[in-house]
Amino acid sequence: MIARVVVTPKPLVNDPQGITVKAGLATLGFKEVSDVRIGKYIEVRLDAASEHEAKQRVEAMCRQLLANHVIEDFRFEIETEASPKR
Amino acid sequence: MKFGVVVFPGTWSDRDCGWVIDQVLGEQLQYLWHKDADLKGCDCVILPGGFAYGDHLRTGAIARFAPVMEKVGEFADRGGLVWGICNGFQILCEAGLLPGALTRNSSLEFRCAWTNLLVERNDLAFTKQCSDREVISVPISHGEGSYFADPATLSRLEQNGQVVFRYCDPAGNVVAGANPNGSLHNIAGIVNKRGNVLGMMPHPERCSEAELGGTDGLKLFRSVAESAMRVLVS
Repeated sequence: MIARVVVTPKPLVNDPQGITVKAGLATLGFKEVSDVRIGKYIEVRLDAASEHEAKQRVEAMCRQLLANHVIEDFRFEIETEASPKR
Repeated sequence: MKFGVVVFPGTWSDRDCGWVIDQVLGEQLQYLWHKDADLKGCDCVILPGGFAYGDHLRTGAIARFAPVMEKVGEFADRGGLVWGICNGFQILCEAGLLPGALTRNSSLEFRCAWTNLLVERNDLAFTKQCSDREVISVPISHGEGSYFADPATLSRLEQNGQVVFRYCDPAGNVVAGANPNGSLHNIAGIVNKRGNVLGMMPHPERCSEAELGGTDGLKLFRSVAESAMRVLVS
């Protein structure tokens, strides 16, 4: 299975990269952009007996290492490799 | 007084700290390898600056799992002196030994510069040689030193007097212009509630000899050395 984990800065955390990219988009003419937040995308390939078990394990991975709960939120989806979405 | 200096793969300030302890202070020095599961009788453990384990994923995120860190945590729980400098501060936050986190400098630049620090606590083992609200000059060298904590944690830190160093102007005014990295409340260093675990972004080991442009950092090393003497005497 593959877990596709997205880690994002919490709303209160300053994101200077996002601010800079927002300014860059504005310079290019994308005036409709009101906010940009930059996070991380992490792919984790794992063995698990069920999707439920995989979810539990990945949740634990996120809490213990992949995200820092002080500054980051995380979300993920599990894909079984037999039915890739891409 | 025996100082332990932890060396992770990617640590770069271990020798600078070691030099100050050994050559400038004349105290006992013990390097501690990240795989050591024993602190070898050290009275104060320093986590120095650098990029431990390449700072992969986040600063300090991998280093906190090193075998030596389990011992550092136990040592801190027993009241042992633990001092994280720069990357060491980041590791202490990741390990949960200090609250909050260090994030990307608001400028997005790596900042290598002298800063002025207002010493708000001079009753600690780390700062006893400083006078009350002294302004000391200590260099910073980091890309991710912007201190963040959620509002509740931040107000708890302030109420408990856990902010030890704040970026200030030369006269000791804590102003936005003196903040090199966007740290909340101009925080440059904090201590745990018990007062035995200190984390700071600036580098006192780089200003402990006149040849290096300043000696304010030596006050902190001397404070630690003398605090150990007091324990022996009492």
